[in-house]
Amino acid sequence: MTAKISYDDVEVGTELPAQSFPVSRATLVRYAGASGDFNPIHWNEKFAKEVGLPDVIAHGMFTMAEAIRVVTDWAGDPAAVAEYGVRFTKPVVVPNDETGALIEVSAKVAAKLDDEARTVRVDLTATSAGQKVLGMSRAVVRLA
Amino acid sequence: MALDPSFVGRTYPPTDPYEVGREKIREFAEAIGDTNPAYTDTEAAKALGHPDVIAPPTFVFAITFKDAGQVVGDPQLGLDYNRMVHGDQKFAYTRPVHAGDRLSVTSTIEAIKSMAGNDIIDIRGDVHDEAGEHVVTAFTKLVVRAVTEEG
Repeated sequence: MTAKISYDDVEVGTELPAQSFPVSRATLVRYAGASGDFNPIHWNEKFAKEVGLPDVIAHGMFTMAEAIRVVTDWAGDPAAVAEYGVRFTKPVVVPNDETGALIEVSAKVAAKLDDEARTVRVDLTATSAGQKVLGMSRAVVRLA
Repeated sequence: MALDPSFVGRTYPPTDPYEVGREKIREFAEAIGDTNPAYTDTEAAKALGHPDVIAPPTFVFAITFKDAGQVVGDPQLGLDYNRMVHGDQKFAYTRPVHAGDRLSVTSTIEAIKSMAGNDIIDIRGDVHDEAGEHVVTAFTKLVVRAVTEEG
């Protein structure tokens, strides 16, 4: 594991570079294939509406995968992530148009956990269409 | 109908090992749009100290959730898949998953609760490699929504 960020260079409140991730229907079809999650709420509008959803929604695990990219891009080595957890609070609704949806992710160092293990807790915020889509979104990251 | 709390602590037998392939990792990384070379370039991964390309942090969910299917589909437990939503997800890593890993998952029911008519079940999936070493544990909270008047 070779994180490019040093534990000594961060403090509580240090912000990670924020990123935005676009999601279209094509993105979801592709993710369904790669992940093996073929639940029709992620690609079939008629089915999604029949079960009470406003439209097709993104896989929660897709949103989870995008959000941690803010951390892995910052740390350099994805293996720096020692723990990662989220709560799925609101779905990311993906309309069938040219733009689709946008997942906006920001993150900051919330705590320096262990001077020996050089671990920090990073708190993530993920929103789409102005709504928080992940809650309790936290990662423990081992820095250099 | 509330789930039977006596299922808490039940562990399901590990399934056959899942062999992690380089191209499957590449496919997953492309699907999430992540161009980190550690996922696709063996040399880049080795430069970081890994034996082969590694998988993105959430890749392993496909393996653990498939195994959790034993719990979800257990007819004795009687979980209603059609009303099930994913509540929380957490991973605790000992090391990243890498290409060439042969991973087996052991699923355990950690908790069963009932809140406002919803059934909540916590499933832990312990992932080990062929040598029996721990790789990652996935904690999956599933919520089975209450049957409502209109539903």
